[in-house]
Amino acid sequence: MSVLDADPLSHERLDAGQSKTWEDAQGQFTVGTALETDALIQAGIERADVFIASTAGDNTNLIIAQIAQKRFGVEKVIVRVMDPARASWYGDQGLHTISPTRHAIEMFERALQPELAS
Amino acid sequence: MYAIIVGAGKVGRNLARELIERGHEVTVIESSRQGYLAIEEEFEHAAQYGDATELWVLERSGIQRADLVVAVTGDDEDNMLVCQVAKEKYLCGRIIARVNNPRNHDHFRLLGIQPAVSATDLILRLIEHEVPRYGLVHLLDFEEERLEIIELEVSEDAPTVGEAVSEIALPEGSLIISVLRGGIGFVPKPDTVIEAGDEVLLVLDTGLEEAITAFFAPNGTSG
Repeated sequence: MSVLDADPLSHERLDAGQSKTWEDAQGQFTVGTALETDALIQAGIERADVFIASTAGDNTNLIIAQIAQKRFGVEKVIVRVMDPARASWYGDQGLHTISPTRHAIEMFERALQPELAS
Repeated sequence: MYAIIVGAGKVGRNLARELIERGHEVTVIESSRQGYLAIEEEFEHAAQYGDATELWVLERSGIQRADLVVAVTGDDEDNMLVCQVAKEKYLCGRIIARVNNPRNHDHFRLLGIQPAVSATDLILRLIEHEVPRYGLVHLLDFEEERLEIIELEVSEDAPTVGEAVSEIALPEGSLIISVLRGGIGFVPKPDTVIEAGDEVLLVLDTGLEEAITAFFAPNGTSG
């Protein structure tokens, strides 16, 4: 398991509330942004079986996921896309997208089911 | 022509102005409210407020009938995404993207987003042209005519050493006009054999410097 994040503070967050440090738990951490090829390689993308793009930016995630797929040939790539419209189109293009917004809407609808039924 | 320009910074704004002056229909999309208000007065209905990476914003701007989409925001991911969507979802015939960080140029290429224009690369190319590569000297440039006369010292390892001028398959748009050997210059005949240490003068179409250098000084000259 390897985490790439631009903010070194995120490393501490990985340790918070855990009995072991991230490294002791066999985790790897690299500081860098996702578009830096060097950082991706340092984080071990070349031997990754799975790549998850879940930065705060939809566009960053969509671009970086395609880089992981097309440049580094990562077999399984999953992308977080907040905007359901973009998630759906890129999903049609063959990217495995997950839209938390879409899921949240479904959960709200489910929670409102009794009211909606009456 | 109908052009959509994404990003109303200095580049986007001036581009929009130029295209409108030339009689083209233009929409400029700007995602910051402040940036939008700054251009609204000048561009009126041609200015649109919104994040062009949201599909409905592009659709509201009429992307389906756009002949050209230019993405010139300060964010490379946004520029890549807008162009990718324009090209692949809305089948826009022509896209142009701005590269902010030259290191991202490869990513644009990988995703088929061409042309991708980087100011840094453009300036670098100009510098390379102005400061000649080792071994190649610009003697005369006819900028208007797009011709130049250059001089190259033939290196030991040049593939043309020992070849007659008539045997050298120079690229089209280039011609050896003179050879300097032992302090004497002469106009070569087809059977003149090129020797290491010769200085050859060529007339070329601009842009052929690199190709020509490979013939006479593949690794630069030592002198």
